[in-house]
Amino acid sequence: MVADASPAPAPGPAAGQREARRRAIADGAPAIEVEGLVRRFGDFTALDAIDLSIREGEFFSLLGPSGCGKTTLLRIIGGLDVADGGVVRIAGQDARTIPAHRRPVNTVFQSYALFPHLDVRDNVAFGLRMKKVPEKEVRTRVERTLELLQIGGFIDRKPSQLSGGQKQRVALARALVNEPKVLLLDEPLGALDLKLRKELQVELLSLQRRLGITFVFVTHDQEEALVMSDRIAVMRAGRIEQMGEAEAIYERPRNRYVGQFLGEVNLVEGRAERRGAGDLLVQTALGALRVETRPGDPAREGALTLAIRPEKVRIATDGAPGENRIRATVEQVIYIGAESHYRLRAGEIPFTAYAMNASAGAKEIEEGQPLLLELPPAALKVLED
Amino acid sequence: MAARTRRPEIRFGEHLTWAGEIARSALTSGPAIAWVSTFLLLPVLGIAFISFLSRGTYGEIQLPMTAGNYLRLAGFGVLGFDPQYPVIILRSLVLAAGTTVVCLVASFPLAFFIAGLAGRAKQIALTLVVIPFWTNLLIRTYAWQLLLGPDSLAARAAVAVGLAEEGMPLYPSALAVYLGMLCAYLPFMVLPLYTAVEKIDWAIAEAASDLGADGVRVFRHALLPQVMPGMVAGVILVFIPATGQFVIPDLLGGAKTVLLGNAIQQQFGASRDWPFGSAIALVGMAVVLFGLWFQARAGARTGEEGPL
Amino acid sequence: MKRIPLPLWVTSILLYVFLYAPIVVVIVYSFNAARHGGPWRGFTTRWYATLLDSPDKLAAARNTLELGLASTAVSTLLGTGLGFGLARYRFPGKKLFSWLMYVPVVIPDIVMAVAMLMFYALMREWLGLFELGMTTMIFAHVTFQVPFVAIVVRSRMVGMDPAIEEAAHDLGASSLQAFVRVTLPMILPAVVAGAMLAFTLSLDDFVVSFFTTGPGASTLPILIYSSVKRGITPDINALSTLIVLVSVAGTVAVALLQRSPRAQRGEK
Repeated sequence: MVADASPAPAPGPAAGQREARRRAIADGAPAIEVEGLVRRFGDFTALDAIDLSIREGEFFSLLGPSGCGKTTLLRIIGGLDVADGGVVRIAGQDARTIPAHRRPVNTVFQSYALFPHLDVRDNVAFGLRMKKVPEKEVRTRVERTLELLQIGGFIDRKPSQLSGGQKQRVALARALVNEPKVLLLDEPLGALDLKLRKELQVELLSLQRRLGITFVFVTHDQEEALVMSDRIAVMRAGRIEQMGEAEAIYERPRNRYVGQFLGEVNLVEGRAERRGAGDLLVQTALGALRVETRPGDPAREGALTLAIRPEKVRIATDGAPGENRIRATVEQVIYIGAESHYRLRAGEIPFTAYAMNASAGAKEIEEGQPLLLELPPAALKVLED
Repeated sequence: MAARTRRPEIRFGEHLTWAGEIARSALTSGPAIAWVSTFLLLPVLGIAFISFLSRGTYGEIQLPMTAGNYLRLAGFGVLGFDPQYPVIILRSLVLAAGTTVVCLVASFPLAFFIAGLAGRAKQIALTLVVIPFWTNLLIRTYAWQLLLGPDSLAARAAVAVGLAEEGMPLYPSALAVYLGMLCAYLPFMVLPLYTAVEKIDWAIAEAASDLGADGVRVFRHALLPQVMPGMVAGVILVFIPATGQFVIPDLLGGAKTVLLGNAIQQQFGASRDWPFGSAIALVGMAVVLFGLWFQARAGARTGEEGPL
Repeated sequence: MKRIPLPLWVTSILLYVFLYAPIVVVIVYSFNAARHGGPWRGFTTRWYATLLDSPDKLAAARNTLELGLASTAVSTLLGTGLGFGLARYRFPGKKLFSWLMYVPVVIPDIVMAVAMLMFYALMREWLGLFELGMTTMIFAHVTFQVPFVAIVVRSRMVGMDPAIEEAAHDLGASSLQAFVRVTLPMILPAVVAGAMLAFTLSLDDFVVSFFTTGPGASTLPILIYSSVKRGITPDINALSTLIVLVSVAGTVAVALLQRSPRAQRGEK
């Protein structure tokens, strides 16, 4: 299966914090371990031998389109479904014989699934009461959790009297109040409008940081996953295509699928010509391109595909030919406020480039204009397919 | 990859083994199924059996087994061809069919009307249809006697137009029976039809007329298929009980209009020919089974589960 | 929503009038002072008064009520179980049994009545049980009530978000706890609606009661039928009016009840 791609060294002061967090998580115990998990529905294979290990305190996302198996995987971890083969371990313990109501995990459902006949207080208290927690403690914990999620004022309301965002918070509170080892979230922000969704993404992130509970988050929204996660597993058709930190997956996608799922990517076909210690020369229709390679990159001979992110494509304003420089014509300029997106064509090959409108010369580019593009060797990546 | 011999099912979060599921089914559905089987299904089999027996001199049931009752129903009586019972069966089927057709025709406007209302008005309109449905059929039927009595509005109108004699009630008559049947069964047809109409995706009809179809074609190709399940359900709910209807022809039809229901009642009452009565009842039962089979077939085509 | 064209309004109003004509005429005539039916001869409430004086009518009313309550109690229990079981569990032969359970809904009253009569007769022959009377009627009523209750309960269960029960389990509830604390409260309105439906069906039933009744167990519909066959007595109109009003009240109550679960489910 895929090893974690090593992340590019990150500059800046935040690096220290991130490094510290990364190390703390890596040193921690595994919260969820999945080995060879298989789930079939008749002829359809929802999960095809999944292996993964989620560490304590991690914010881990399962990312993929509908039908890729991410929700199935989440449900099996939560005990709401059972696998046809393979092992699930929660905090080191084989969970296969443990039914859902006895697992130290709680789920936040996409439809919130609040109990309509109970008010917010009783909804949130439900799990605690099932565990026979003394009533006094129940009250304290419920109120504290509701305050944490900023809905203390709604404690006596019924779910039908709440808005979508409020219901979501109640659902979160109901799960968190039980202090589970792992919190499972099944596309919890899917039903909310964009603005609310973005607000809650940030809130969820800071909540997770504060509480230190392991979060397993399912989403089809790649931006959401990138914003919140420590690590992401990109899934397709029951398999994990690539797993790793957000930056690593985004900057160094393994294959076409991952590259195209997380944002836009430019693809260039070519042939490997000469391999050096840390780089590779590739012959393409656009000329020879030098590619910086890293350990862990696929070692392909012969025909291969290169990928480069649009924001990494540089527009060479000095007009001089040089390494990895290609000629292109601007076909379309799309203005999006902070950035502009350029649809270009280099020979037969379509290209997309992004530039921040604040950078010099960006706003003068017009449609039909010939440009010189530079593809930095460090930004080019060889794909597995 | 540890394998387990009996992988439990999980549905709605509950863990169920195969044995556990059977046990729970037995606990929940079991009593009801046992009850209905004992008190209805078994008895129906019972009358099926009895219908092949004969009637003794004093009305008791006895062997030998014979198909004589059924022959009689088909018209082959002991003394030669006797169309009495075939006519009764035919008349009942025709009445049921006629009622069904009229109900269907009358239900369409009502269903669309209710579906076209909004909010509270819709609730009220729906409840207004449901109320007669839950009101005693016997009372409503008897009320038609009042409505068609000699001094009623209807009778006087008929006299004025020359269709009836002075001072004569408009019942017993075939017309009275039809009116009674329509009034009784209209809600049975409206409700399932309304449910289907309510769920219509009007976008399909708009797309059709957008593409140039006229009103009739829009109806036939865009609307009708969508309401078909509701129509089928309604037709079954009207036709089957209507074939065996007893009270309405009894109160509004008199001696002239003998139908299956009356015939059965006669055999279990005055004539005391239980085997023969059972045979007639079985004809009714056959209609039921046919109707259910038809509904199941129609439902299977649209991918619906059973009504229960 | 589409606007309703005038011809549709007119047709619908006429159909409503047609549906309610019998009900209205009975209510009106119950106040008719004419002794033997016929044209209007003035307003009076004395037919209602005579009802209170007739012991047979009071006895029939008591029987009808007893029958309704007893049969409803049993059929609600059985029907709720059936509705719940069919919605949740699978078992061999489920499809067949589901269709068989639908038979009492569509079967003509008289076929069912006759079958039960036969059954009771045989039971009397062989086991000496089931003398015709109150008990036989109750058993018969339960039989046709059960599927209706099951239909109401089952459709409520099917409409429930399955995630709610999953959430209950996720939060630590065992199967029994989840049923008692979450499922049952949520389907309670449907159970009550089913019970009221069953009660009304019992109240309204004539044919099945007629065939399975015994001495001293006359119900109001049976009484009304005999009166109508003998010749119209005006107090029947009063009696019928009362019965109709009870049905109307029940229907309206159920309609109001059916609205709250929808709100509770949080439809926006």
